[in-house]
Amino acid sequence: MSVVVVGASAAGFATAEGLRRNGYDGALTLVGAEPELPYDRPPLSKQVLTGQWDADRIRLCGQDKADDLGLDLRLGTPAAALDVAARRLSLADGTELPYEQLVLATGVGPRPLPGTEGLRGVRMLRSLEDALALRAELRPGTRLVVIGAGFLGTEIAAAARTLEAEVWLVEPEPVPLGVAVGAEVGEFVAGLHRERGVHLRTGPGAAVRDFKANAGEVEAVVLEDGTELPCDLVVVAIGSVPSTGWLAGSGLTLGDGIECDSRCSAAPGVYAAGDVASWFHEHAGVRVRLEHRTNATEQGLYVARALLGQAGEPFTPVPYFWSDQYETKLTAFGLLRGADEIRVVEGAIADGAFVALYRKGNRLTGVLGVRRAKSVRQWRALLAAGSGWDEAFADSPK
Amino acid sequence: MKITIDRDRCCGAGQCVLAAPDVFDQDDEEGLVVVLEESPAPEHHQAVREAASVCPTATIEVTE
Ligand SMILES: Cc1cc2nc3c(=O)[nH]c(=O)nc-3n(C[C@H](O)[C@H](O)[C@H](O)COP(=O)(O)OP(=O)(O)OC[C@H]3O[C@@H](n4cnc5c(N)ncnc54)[C@H](O)[C@@H]3O)c2cc1C
Ligand code: SF4
Repeated sequence: MSVVVVGASAAGFATAEGLRRNGYDGALTLVGAEPELPYDRPPLSKQVLTGQWDADRIRLCGQDKADDLGLDLRLGTPAAALDVAARRLSLADGTELPYEQLVLATGVGPRPLPGTEGLRGVRMLRSLEDALALRAELRPGTRLVVIGAGFLGTEIAAAARTLEAEVWLVEPEPVPLGVAVGAEVGEFVAGLHRERGVHLRTGPGAAVRDFKANAGEVEAVVLEDGTELPCDLVVVAIGSVPSTGWLAGSGLTLGDGIECDSRCSAAPGVYAAGDVASWFHEHAGVRVRLEHRTNATEQGLYVARALLGQAGEPFTPVPYFWSDQYETKLTAFGLLRGADEIRVVEGAIADGAFVALYRKGNRLTGVLGVRRAKSVRQWRALLAAGSGWDEAFADSPK
Repeated sequence: MKITIDRDRCCGAGQCVLAAPDVFDQDDEEGLVVVLEESPAPEHHQAVREAASVCPTATIEVTE
């Protein structure tokens, strides 16, 4: 057999490692667009941006480990086209790679903001290169506008404040992280940022209308309500786009990511894993695409077993994510978006130490906690079991 | 078998505790990994290897 994995990061590397661990000893090629050996992204907006860790600290794999695994590494050469019927992958440098089984783990790229093309001083953060470039520009007093208060935007604002930059965080939703974790927890996160002196602008008036520039260099961000925010630097963090452009015409179904069945298969002999994969989650009963670090590993390991015919059950993980906001770590299991109700069951949000449950219809769909990480995990079993909301209270682990 | 951890890397996912509950625990607040048995008995070795491989942040290193 021969396996080609496209995307040499968390999900792709987990797949490659999982294949070897489960006994696969055939040809194994790992193709990556970036010139870097596989590395971990979450520290980019945290320890790397604040300068606590250097680049070596975030490697997932060194050359020696790659050699031990017998990986044919093709770094710095993006995949450019795929012919599913002929089972052939073409790389940007002209190489043709035939395969018997293919894994797509190309992740996502940052969503650009229209009107920023060609403006100097406007940045996005996805890669190690982006993080190092941004870090080099952040100094005490640097005036930074962060556009978008999702996980990435809030973490960048926190890191920049830690470096004593002057930070404006702008977001058209009513609260930071509101879409992801709900208004109550979003309000708590807003408080953390205000305490640290971030200038937070939220609501429709805080949508970006325009930019002012001097000789192509950004000078100010103009908001819908007319406010002008003079700045030295802008970071756009308004979400991401699955890296599937190169798969147009391949015959795969591309929706919000690469559409797979409940076993992460997109076509015969083709699988997807990590941020780029959209699959049918049989327990949740919905199509899911997750941008969580733990999912990249879990799904990569699942796909490795699937390739070897060892997967058995469909892929039905309990999602997990965490986010660091200054010294505060949020941890959560499940699917939290669009909840009908959020109920605090331990501690209090006002005290900065709590566990909150999320309900959709009459189902328990998620749990989130601050300074209660172990309690949060104790609800995981109920999520895995697909517990109803009322039963969740009856079976409360506390 | 000997377990070493780089606790700064840990993201509190608790995957290690699910895989090998006799060997790993988490602290209450941040959920960072706690090793209960640095040199676990042979009956736990398979579970510990599994824990190291599912840890998303490569926090756990196992030497045999
Ligand atoms: C700054 C930052 C902070 C984060 N913090 C957290 C966090 O705190 N908690 C959390 O749960 N998650 C976090 N995440 C999300 C987490 O990093 C991702 O879920 C994870 O990296 C997904 O792994 P992946 O392998 O699927 O995709 P990626 O890590 O995006 O890797 C995909 C790889 O494929 C390559 N590629 C793309 N197109 C091609 C092509 N055509 N050919 C070859 N290679 C290609 C890319 O260059 C990239 O290296 C964060 C992400 C970022 C960017
Ligand atoms: S699995 Fe890894 S990251 Fe998660 S708690 Fe254990 S050591 Fe920490």
